[in-house]
Amino acid sequence: MKILVVDDFSTMRRIVKNLLRDLGFTNTFEADDGKTALPMLQSGDFDFLVTDWNMPGMTGIDLLKAVRADPKLAKLPVLMVTAEAKREQIILAAQTGVNGYVIKPFTAITLKEKIDKVFERIDG
Amino acid sequence: MTEQNQQAQLLLAKKLVQALESNDEVAADNILNEMAGMRESTLFQEVGRLTRQLHDSMNSFSLDAKMSALTANDIPDAKERLHYVITMTEQAANSTLGVVEDLLPVSNVLNEQASELSDKWDRFLAKDMPFEEFKMMSSDITAYFSQTKNDLSSVQTGLTDILLAQSFQDITGQIIKKVITLVEDLEQGMVSLVSLSGGQVHSENTVTTDDVLPGPVVPGVDDKSNDVATKQDDVDDLLSSLGF
Repeated sequence: MKILVVDDFSTMRRIVKNLLRDLGFTNTFEADDGKTALPMLQSGDFDFLVTDWNMPGMTGIDLLKAVRADPKLAKLPVLMVTAEAKREQIILAAQTGVNGYVIKPFTAITLKEKIDKVFERIDG
Repeated sequence: MTEQNQQAQLLLAKKLVQALESNDEVAADNILNEMAGMRESTLFQEVGRLTRQLHDSMNSFSLDAKMSALTANDIPDAKERLHYVITMTEQAANSTLGVVEDLLPVSNVLNEQASELSDKWDRFLAKDMPFEEFKMMSSDITAYFSQTKNDLSSVQTGLTDILLAQSFQDITGQIIKKVITLVEDLEQGMVSLVSLSGGQVHSENTVTTDDVLPGPVVPGVDDKSNDVATKQDDVDDLLSSLGF
């Protein structure tokens, strides 16, 4: 499974990548905002996108919108991992078509649960 | 009154004297009217200047209001946020140190046992071991394997904890960026105030406190209203209420 991890903080990208490796996902790539991520997604047959929300250039919610608007990417599972925690933001993300939402700081177990749930729903 | 105005009035006054001396009443009336008109236009200019001054003072008042909002709310908030940064970095350091302190002895014991067993194993390979001792070594090895499995799994857990403890860098980074923005707003406000009091009006409304992306929830600051998720359970509840 090929996964793209998008976050403007490199420490957070490393943390998520390491946790994913722990869960058995070794084929991971990184981008530091939506602008860099989108062309990678469009040309890179990714199976899963993990993205932050607040990033310079292009935010995670705009990236999600762009992904859902692109016929080739529209079905890509997207997990939002973010410090944004306003009710209206979570609702907006859900309405935009996010598959899972994890707020920072999070635990390894939470991340695993949400990833499992995302794929459970897709497989089921 | 400008010099030009003065000249014009002087000229009119001379003409008025001439007209009166030559008993030309019509001309004298006209000149008097003209002079009154001039005074009126000066009055209008003065009113205009006063209006401008009032407008500028009003602007400076609204700037004051922004400044007082900054000092009344945003600066105390910023202090809370910075305290939270201290708390988070302290927690991260403590949990990292705690894990290291727990795991160092574990890895020490494993290391000692491994070198002990490896000595025995060498003696066995050199056929320098009585059978009774070999039987004991066998059971030692069995015990060592099972302990190693246990210990390595706690090493694994500890390493994951250390990994996650580093997420403080992202959270505190976001909080500090917000405080930097506040300091910049404050600086802008002060520059505007200084230039106002110096008579040079140059007030642009650059002070913005509206936050499009509120970011990390700082306890005691951002969770006062009930519209934020303070833990993952809140998010899960909200999403499941939306049919997720």
